[in-house]
Amino acid sequence: MPSFRYEAPTTVKDVVGLLASTKGVTKILAGGTDLLVQVRSGRTKADVVIDTKRVPGLIGIREQAGSFVIGAATPGAELGDHDGLVRAWPGVVEAANLIGSTQIQGRASLGGNVCNASPAADSVPALIAARAVAVVAGPKGQREVAVEAIATGPGKTSLARDEFVIEFRLPKRPPRSADAYLRFIPRTEMDIAVVGAGVNVTLDAGGVCTAAHVALGAVAPTAVLVPDAAAALVGKKLDDKVLAVLDAAARRACKPIDDKRGTVEFRTEVAGVLARRAAAIAFQRAGERR
Amino acid sequence: MSKIHVTTTVNGEAVEFLCASDHTLLDVLRDELNLTGSKEGCGSGDCGACSVIVDGRLVCACLMLAAEARERSIVTIEGVANGGELHPIQRKFLEHAALQCGFCTPGLIVATKALLGRNPNPTESEARYWLAGNLCRCTGYDKVIRAVLDAAAEMRAKR
Ligand SMILES: Cc1cc2nc3c(=O)[nH]c(=O)nc-3n(C[C@H](O)[C@H](O)[C@H](O)COP(=O)(O)OP(=O)(O)OC[C@H]3O[C@@H](n4cnc5c(N)ncnc54)[C@H](O)[C@@H]3O)c2cc1C
Ligand code: FES
Ligand code: FES
Repeated sequence: MPSFRYEAPTTVKDVVGLLASTKGVTKILAGGTDLLVQVRSGRTKADVVIDTKRVPGLIGIREQAGSFVIGAATPGAELGDHDGLVRAWPGVVEAANLIGSTQIQGRASLGGNVCNASPAADSVPALIAARAVAVVAGPKGQREVAVEAIATGPGKTSLARDEFVIEFRLPKRPPRSADAYLRFIPRTEMDIAVVGAGVNVTLDAGGVCTAAHVALGAVAPTAVLVPDAAAALVGKKLDDKVLAVLDAAARRACKPIDDKRGTVEFRTEVAGVLARRAAAIAFQRAGERR
Repeated sequence: MSKIHVTTTVNGEAVEFLCASDHTLLDVLRDELNLTGSKEGCGSGDCGACSVIVDGRLVCACLMLAAEARERSIVTIEGVANGGELHPIQRKFLEHAALQCGFCTPGLIVATKALLGRNPNPTESEARYWLAGNLCRCTGYDKVIRAVLDAAAEMRAKR
C-alpha cells in the first residue's frame, strides 16, 4: 500500500486540529472498507490517515428521549444488535446491514457510507427517508446537516477540509411510524445496488398516512429525496391507485446512468417497483404498531 | 517514516510489534508474528480468506491497519484448536471433506466460530448468509455448509 502518516487522536478537537493543520491529502478512517481498498488500488491518495475510532462517542448508539444518536464510526453489525434501534428504525438498520458481508459489517460505518459519497450507498436513502441529521464538527464548533446535503456528487461532499461527521441523529418517532429499505442487485449478496429505495411513514389510528418521506439511491449522481413520491402517500391508505401514483413519481425523479449493471429504462422501472414494495412494507410495519 | 509500536492480544497472549503505517493487520500477522494461517486471497474485502475476530467482531484482516490493532483482542485460526486437539468445527470440516485446496478454510473456520458463538443453532440459510463473504473456488459450498451445521449440532449436544 502507498505509505501515509497514521494518527489516532482521542478528542474531536484533536481530529479537527489535525484536519486543519496537516499538509497534503488527509483522510478520515472509520472502518476502512472503502478507504483502504481505494488507497491500496491507487484510486485515492492519502498523505495522512486519521483514525477516529478512539474518539469517545464515535462508536456507539445512545437513546435520548426517544431519539437515537449513532456514532459516525459505529460498525453496521452493532446497529443490527441494538434491539431498540431495530424496533424504531427497521429500514435504516436493514439498509446498513445490507452493506457487504459479515466481515464488512464488522467494520463498515454510516459515516463512511455517507461520506464516501457513492450514489449507490445503501444506508443513504434510508437515512434520508428517516430525516436523519449528521452532526458535523469543525473549527467553529458543531453544525447539523441533513444527510441529503452531505454528498454533492459521486465521491464529493459538502464538508470543508477541516470538518468531519461525529454522529447521526434520528428524530423521535410518533406512534405508528415505521420505515423500510429495499435494493435491487443482480445476485442475493455482496453486490452494489442498481437501485435502492427507502420509505418512512407515520399512520393515524385508521391506517391513513399522516407523514411520509421517500428517497431513492443509484438513480442520480447522489441519493435523492423525492417529495412528489411522499405526497402521493400523505392523506391516503395504501391501495393500488395510490401505489401507481407513487410509482410514477419515483420514476420521474430518476436520472440514472446507463451501464452494464442496468440500463436507464431498467433502473427507472425498478425504482418505481421498489418504491411501491418498500412503501407496502413500511405501511405494514407501521400498522402493526400501537 | 518511523515505525509504530503496537501492543495487543492475539489468541489470548500479549504481543507487541513494530509496523509501518501502511501495514495491514494481515501483513503483521503473517510476516511479523509468523501466524500464516490467515490468507490473502484478494486484499480488498471480497474473499474472506483473511477473516479474524477482533473484539468479538468478524473482520477482514486485509482491510484493517496493523496500527489499529493497539489494545484489541484478536482471534486467528491459530487460536481455534485447543493445543493439539482440533476444534469440533475443524474436525467436521475434515469429516465432511469441506475443503480441497484449503486456501479458504482458515477464513471459513474463523467465520464459523464467530457464527456459532452468537447463534448455536443456525438454519442452513442463516449459515449461508453469514458465510457469503467467504469465497471458495473448490468445494461448491455444500460440504462446507454440512460441516458447519454438523459442528453446530455436536457443539449443542456437548453443552
Ligand atoms: C466487499 C465489499 C462489499 C461492499 N458492499 C457494499 C454494499 O453492499 N453497499 C454499500 O453501500 N457499500 C458497500 N461497500 C462499501 C463500504 O463498505 C461502505 O461504503 C461502508 O459503509 C464504508 O464505511 P467505512 O466505515 O468502512 O468507511 P471508510 O472506508 O473508513 O471511509 C469511507 C470514506 O468516508 C470518509 N469518512 C469516513 N468517516 C467519516 C466521517 N465521520 N466524517 C467524514 N468523512 C468520513 C473517509 O475519509 C473515506 O473517504 C462494500 C465494500 C466492500 C469492501
Ligand atoms: S484477503 Fe481479505 S477479504 Fe480477501
Ligand atoms: S477449498 Fe479451495 S478455495 Fe476453498
